[in-house]
Amino acid sequence: MRKLALSDEILLSIEKPARYIGGEINMVKKEPSEVEIRFCMCFPDVYEIGMSHLGIQILYDMFNCRRDTYCERVYSPWVDLDGILRKQNIPLFALESQQPVKDFDFLGITLQYEMCYTNVLQVLDLSQIPLKAADRTKEHPFVIGGGPCAYNPEPLADFFDIFYIGEGETVYNELLDIYKEWKKEDGSRNDFLKRAAQIEGMYVPQFYHVSYHEDGTIQDFSPTVKEAPKKVLKQVERDMSETYYPEKPLVPYIKVTQDRVVLEIQRGCIRGCRFCQAGMLYRPIRPRSLEFLKQRAESMLKATGHDEISLSSLSSSDYRELPELVYWLIENFQEKGVNISLPSLRIDAFALDVMSKIQDIRKSSLTFAPEAGSQRMRNVINKGLTEEVILKGAKDAFLGGWNRVKLYFMLGLPGETKEDIAQIAVLSDKIAREYYEVPKEQRNGRVNIVTSTSIFVPKPFTPFQWAPMVSKEEAQERRFFLLDQIKAQLNAKSIKYNCHDADVSELEGVFARGDRRLCDVILQAYQSGCIYDAWSEHFQYGKWVQAFSDHQLTMDFYIKRERGEEEIFPWDFIDIGVSKEFLLKEYHQAKKEQVTPNCRAGCAGCGAAKFGCGVCMEAREGGMEA
Amino acid sequence: MKARLKFSKAGSMRFIGHLDVMRYFQKAFRRAGIAVSYSQGFSPHQLMSFASPLGIGLSSDAEYLDVVLEDEKQAEDFLLRINQVMNEEIAVKDFTILEEEAKSSMAVLAACDYLIAVKKGRESFLTGQEKRETALRRFAARDSVEIVKKTKRSEKLVDIRENIYLLTDRREALEEFTRISYGALSLDLAEYTPVLYCQLTAGSVVNIKPELVLEALCFQEGEEYNGFSYQIHRLEMYGDRTAKKGEVHTLFGEAPCFLVPLSEFGRREEVQK
Repeated sequence: MRKLALSDEILLSIEKPARYIGGEINMVKKEPSEVEIRFCMCFPDVYEIGMSHLGIQILYDMFNCRRDTYCERVYSPWVDLDGILRKQNIPLFALESQQPVKDFDFLGITLQYEMCYTNVLQVLDLSQIPLKAADRTKEHPFVIGGGPCAYNPEPLADFFDIFYIGEGETVYNELLDIYKEWKKEDGSRNDFLKRAAQIEGMYVPQFYHVSYHEDGTIQDFSPTVKEAPKKVLKQVERDMSETYYPEKPLVPYIKVTQDRVVLEIQRGCIRGCRFCQAGMLYRPIRPRSLEFLKQRAESMLKATGHDEISLSSLSSSDYRELPELVYWLIENFQEKGVNISLPSLRIDAFALDVMSKIQDIRKSSLTFAPEAGSQRMRNVINKGLTEEVILKGAKDAFLGGWNRVKLYFMLGLPGETKEDIAQIAVLSDKIAREYYEVPKEQRNGRVNIVTSTSIFVPKPFTPFQWAPMVSKEEAQERRFFLLDQIKAQLNAKSIKYNCHDADVSELEGVFARGDRRLCDVILQAYQSGCIYDAWSEHFQYGKWVQAFSDHQLTMDFYIKRERGEEEIFPWDFIDIGVSKEFLLKEYHQAKKEQVTPNCRAGCAGCGAAKFGCGVCMEAREGGMEA
Repeated sequence: MKARLKFSKAGSMRFIGHLDVMRYFQKAFRRAGIAVSYSQGFSPHQLMSFASPLGIGLSSDAEYLDVVLEDEKQAEDFLLRINQVMNEEIAVKDFTILEEEAKSSMAVLAACDYLIAVKKGRESFLTGQEKRETALRRFAARDSVEIVKKTKRSEKLVDIRENIYLLTDRREALEEFTRISYGALSLDLAEYTPVLYCQLTAGSVVNIKPELVLEALCFQEGEEYNGFSYQIHRLEMYGDRTAKKGEVHTLFGEAPCFLVPLSEFGRREEVQK
């Protein structure tokens, strides 16, 4: 019988006790006392979100391949259990062994979005680990951060011992090996961190000093010890078909957000959309081989019993063998009742054929992400989707029986005019008009268009890292303007408009390009009761405003200014391959409304070729070489 | 081909709700490579149904799941195949093949046996033999056992005396009464002290929860009832061979009632290969 950390009484008095009992199918079981390294992986959000994350499953599998290591998991306790743990002084525990996280050697926290930062503090606090790295002793685990937000780790610099910059498959083994040596030698905490800092990709924030100009921008950012490098190089998995990928992913008991097999078909993107951080961070694009994917699809479906498989990538249509893979999946698994889902697919003849085979046309909808309404603005953001292509795709789909369309746009893109916004409404209407061009007997009732906008948040390592973000008041105005424009369209009744919360976007913008002075703001917000900021019902804007003013900082400094071309950014110490010069050139191209071809059409010389893999090594259609 | 599974659910699986157990079995059948028939339509689902949902926190040695298998071949080595893909705390204990016209376990369900145990470290007057025996004697002498039944709209007094077929503190007494041997239980006896055994009316029309009986017993003795102190464990489920749909025949009532464990409605023999 597995011993649980929580009593029956607690488990029976909280929502969804299954979040805390572990024991899922394919959970790795090891005897904690028989391993040398205990690693706890954390996703700082509720179980259902955290369990849906592929990255943790990959690393869980990788760590547990090591016989000397036991990797376990922990997620943010929901607010009900949070209160009980605090009141009864119960330390937060890992799901596998149900033992306290504070007794582990490492606590690895994945940082997938900025609004989870207070939850990072919640996990540390409930684990009874000192919040600040400087206050930890040899009794405490080393706290490591990774994931996309680690590409600007500065707002969390005080809370982490190490940030792992890059893809997890590469240098963790090295880190664990030196840890074992260090443990034998009985060195100081600092000794280990100095050794860790010498591993490529490892950033130890306490070994760096930052000074500021009077205007608040950075004057100097440099290492304070010789072991810490001036530049930290992003780690890249070069061969995506000869690496860790779980064959037996965990299967939760309760329904989680991603309740299916996830097959990452490639990493990276060739498109170069100027707003997209992932598109730059994960350069160069590296496809996995068809054979690898077929083998993993088969083994994962067998080992999990899931009835759905989802192909994951930033732009699935750019995977060259996609038709072969998809038809193979349909042929081999559809009869067994396995659904196939294909997000981020460009709507074309192939997509419509596949969708008609795998979905119920009456229930499913088409998704387009033009991101901007006008062609001018799509050129600014380098989104190579034209109105012609959208309307053609919509028309073909309508002829095939579809009548629901989802459209995704951003508001507040750099240099956005009223005309650009109005074009969002016009494009939505044009799609509706396209529907009514279809002969009445071929139509399937009324057309249903859902137009959604989010607020554009400039991110580090994108061409828009210099750009200002709209304030929430401006964002609000633009939304009302768009709503009026939509109401004025001929098919207004067929168009539904959804929009994203501006308060949260503003804070996301601050953290995205923030510096380490924000650590104290985050700490205060957390201590005054902020957690689960990504959940609108828990977001407490007022407390954040207070925390900024108490530390003589303004949100405006981080979001409203257009940054100077010479300015040192908090994340400049990271080398992602893509150079700052290239990003700046792209920013200038954006202002000129000039597009840049995608990686396969021609190399733009971004700098990612230094990794010597993926598309950078492919023979190009245009014949250009990096 | 209709089939019926009997499984146990213990330990941490007590905290997995009924719908999640359903999803658990859907995936388990796929892992085991057992082909279950699907409903028609664009969002097909596996054809399966449970006899009676087990509340969160309760454990059991006799949960029943009816399932439609694609063909007879699926029944080969069924127990071996399914148990290879189960977790440690859910085990399939029995597998029977039903006639095509057989009614679902949910439709025939008429009674359940339960064990009530006191959790280690918790106090209850029922752990004292003398107090327990006195309480049971007084309970047996009662003409009525009125409880407050809460529905969404109202509360009303219901007499459940005739729905309590047996309430005893001896396992042998229940085994003698039901003519069933429960065998080894999945309940960890190092963690719990069994105090009561009972057989109660169950089913979609009248369903008596063992908590109600326990609460009534506590009330009778003037003792405080604390649900967290007890572990309730289901021992068996029965169908009534005689009752028609929608009818409830109680064991000692006027209409005939012939209780048979749900696992005895089908056949157990090997399928011809």
